[in-house]
Amino acid sequence: MNPILFWIFALLMIGFGAAVILNRNPVASALSLVVSFLALAALFMSLDAYFIGIIQVLVYAGAIMVLFLFIIMLLDLRAEKLRKINWVASAGGVAVALVLAIEIFSIVGRLSSAKEPFPPLARPASDDVHQIGLLLFGNYNLPFQIIGVVILIATIGVVMLSRRESR
Amino acid sequence: MITLGHYLVVSGILFTIGFAGVMGRRNIIIILMALELMLNAANLSLVAFSRFHVDPSGAPNYNAQVFVFFIITVAAAEVAVGLAIVVALFRLRQTTHVEDITTLKF
Repeated sequence: MNPILFWIFALLMIGFGAAVILNRNPVASALSLVVSFLALAALFMSLDAYFIGIIQVLVYAGAIMVLFLFIIMLLDLRAEKLRKINWVASAGGVAVALVLAIEIFSIVGRLSSAKEPFPPLARPASDDVHQIGLLLFGNYNLPFQIIGVVILIATIGVVMLSRRESR
Repeated sequence: MITLGHYLVVSGILFTIGFAGVMGRRNIIIILMALELMLNAANLSLVAFSRFHVDPSGAPNYNAQVFVFFIITVAAAEVAVGLAIVVALFRLRQTTHVEDITTLKF
């Protein structure tokens, strides 16, 4: 856990995460989201979670973002035109987000273990893909199969939703 | 020295950004992206806690990483269904702006 690398990737992630919600052009938002997710994958790897980091790059930066870009370009969305802003509603949204942030920070500030450094890891007998695979097919076998059914249902649902009614 | 608190604060900031996006933006696709940011912020704190709770044999707690794997899978399914709904809506109304879709509004 190199502190310099942590700060670089944390700032990249937060900066591009803010760019996602500040950009007017949806394509620029989607590309900012890719950079944010890549920086997040780097943070996962700084926590010795190499499998999760790789999955993050493959699934999010690969599959999900291609889906987003595909839909944005399919619908031919342009940069949003400025509309009249409802100031009361926006002020309410910002206030609720700020209250949430203050709440999270006060909880983290009160957590006594938040100030302790990470304990060192022993040299592992096998890599983390092996360990996670053992858990996934042993302890978590039933949830794993339920997740498979969830994905099947999602696939059927997407096909049903995007079918054109033929009359 | 980077502690658990640093990761939790970064994760909290990312969650707040996603929350503000869901509250403030009015393009459905951007709202879906902000939802993804919130899910990823939760994943970051899960992985940080997994690395923090090292068991006596010196390995991180892999249960949290299995949980993150499940969250990523469900998020992928959720995005696929969400975008299919957006496409169906666009076909019907030619808009992705939430203020133009008020049929269910009370």
